[in-house]
Amino acid sequence: MRTLPATGTSPHEITDDLFVHEPFAAEAAMEVAASAADSPWKAALKRLGKNRGVVPAFVLIMVITVLAFVGPLLTPYTYDGQNVAHSNLPPKISGLGWLGFDGLDSNGADLYAKRNITEAHWFGTDEFGRDMWTRVWKGTQISLLIALVAALLDLFIGVLYGGISAYYGGKIDNVMQRIIEVLVGIPNLIVIILFILILEPGITSIILAMTITGWVGMARIVRGQILQLKGQEFVLAARSLGVSNSRIMFKHLIPNALGPIIVTLMFTLPTAIFFEAFLSFIGLGLQAPLASLGVLINDGYKGMRLFPYKLVIPAVMISLIMISFNLLADGLRDALDPKMTK
Amino acid sequence: MNQPILTVDGLHVAFHSQRGEVHAVRGVSFCLQKQETLAIVGESGSGKSVTAKAIMRLLPKQSTSIPAGQITYAGQNVLALPPRELQSLRGAEISMVFQDPMTSLNPTMTIGQQLVEGISKHQRLDKAAAYEKAVNMLQLVGIPNAQERIRAYPHHFSGGMRQRVGIAMALACDPKVLIADEPTTALDVTVQAQILELMKSLQQRTGTGIILITHDLGVVANMAQKVAVMYAGEVVETGPIAEIFYRPKHPYTWGLLRSMPRLDAAGNEPLIPIPGTPPDLARQQQGCPFAPRCAHVMKVCKHFSPPLTEVSSGHTAKCWLLDQRAQQQERLAGVAGG
Repeated sequence: MRTLPATGTSPHEITDDLFVHEPFAAEAAMEVAASAADSPWKAALKRLGKNRGVVPAFVLIMVITVLAFVGPLLTPYTYDGQNVAHSNLPPKISGLGWLGFDGLDSNGADLYAKRNITEAHWFGTDEFGRDMWTRVWKGTQISLLIALVAALLDLFIGVLYGGISAYYGGKIDNVMQRIIEVLVGIPNLIVIILFILILEPGITSIILAMTITGWVGMARIVRGQILQLKGQEFVLAARSLGVSNSRIMFKHLIPNALGPIIVTLMFTLPTAIFFEAFLSFIGLGLQAPLASLGVLINDGYKGMRLFPYKLVIPAVMISLIMISFNLLADGLRDALDPKMTK
Repeated sequence: MNQPILTVDGLHVAFHSQRGEVHAVRGVSFCLQKQETLAIVGESGSGKSVTAKAIMRLLPKQSTSIPAGQITYAGQNVLALPPRELQSLRGAEISMVFQDPMTSLNPTMTIGQQLVEGISKHQRLDKAAAYEKAVNMLQLVGIPNAQERIRAYPHHFSGGMRQRVGIAMALACDPKVLIADEPTTALDVTVQAQILELMKSLQQRTGTGIILITHDLGVVANMAQKVAVMYAGEVVETGPIAEIFYRPKHPYTWGLLRSMPRLDAAGNEPLIPIPGTPPDLARQQQGCPFAPRCAHVMKVCKHFSPPLTEVSSGHTAKCWLLDQRAQQQERLAGVAGG
């Protein structure tokens, strides 16, 4: 009989003493069969880690979030502390002069030397001499907070509303969907302007105004998912075991719809940040001296020619946040629904 | 004869659809004794699954109505139970195994969580005891290494194993009635045999009554003591298994039996189908629903619905051929009956 050479290894490596009986362990075989039990969430996390955009986006979000809270503490200034002697100073970071943080104004004059100021304002100061570094991070902090709270409220109301609407169906669904249609029918800017007119402009009223129309998208996504899921056999099986409605809702339906819910939530965050900035920009948002990124951009664009740094820094910050959240949400969508990309 | 545990009497089910009322079940009656297996056979769309779901009250409320009929379990009318009592009936007294094991388990919960869900709902056990019971159930249905496997997710299991888990879930609370809606249709033949054997042995151990819904007469012969043949939402023939297989009286049952592939047939012999398709259940019909497809059709079949005739003890059929006048005609013509 002719022996075909094994691919990859030369037959000389397989020695005769390898052909002896090995002790057979049935239990070991059993263990192998049962291991590698990955939960669907772990598998999704693994897929997420493989996405090239997600990791830097996640790191960036983390860095920005940490700096938003730590940043204001790194300087001796407060976000609302005015100092007229320090007004309109350009950004200056010693050692980073080549990046433009050289403390020179648009005419090339060193204002720090001119005014005899020894401290460096890293991102410069505004016209009241408030430190921009502190204000930018404070603004980021407030923007993130508004976005997070608004998104979580959207999530809470949307999941509950959409879930109930889809699960009970029939007349309940009909009434609830008509309410949504009425809400969608009114341009949301009008609703928001009215809302802010009634309430005092501030963080709470902006969050409320954004939530009052924002949850609709989440509710629709959840309703669609639950409608699709509730006809599936495992829901029938759970009901045939006598599982209660609320348990079916929270244990069987919502966990299965969690993928699209998380993705929608992640896309809501940048939208909320942007919308808050937009509201602040048109003057409906936060009032001075409180800062959000939108307020800072609004202040900055007025003196754009003379003091470009006032506009550029918050604008770059909001762009970075938007891009990172969108990349992360995109990666999550692919990770949670592998069918979409393949 | 002892008292049946489950009785279905004159059940009608209708769906509201775009095309109008679809009358899917039209007066179905049967009963189930303890430790008995009743097979419901019939082709697709004959109302088998709808009947099963009606017993469990699993039909969607908005789109279905049950205009007539009664389902009695242990003296109480299932159709009139309030939701809370219905929840304690489901799973503990009557439970169900579904057709497709690929979709009948929740992909986001572990096998153990799903088993424990039913157990802790119906039995007063603490978490550890419920888990222990779940492990026992898994061992009972023949899942090796149950202690480990209980933490696995459904997608780690093959189809046959998932169906075993489905059976374990259904039987975890020792129900008196198990409704198996085509439990083996999605499985290959060897696994099918294993699952059926499993159900049989569990039945002997626990005394559960089984309603087996299938269109596979081979399965019926292997499992059931009683058969109900359904056609177009009606039970056209019912009786003990030997009667149905050896002395069938309804032409539809003849057709079903004849259409089965035979081992002793010559290799190239084609299967014998029943020509035509079942009637549209959205339409009102006159006469026997099988008349348009029946080779033995008579004038009377097209205009009058056949009465239920008792052939022998427990064996009834709905066919005009069993009428005295039809049999006289046949004798006159010298045609030998099927």
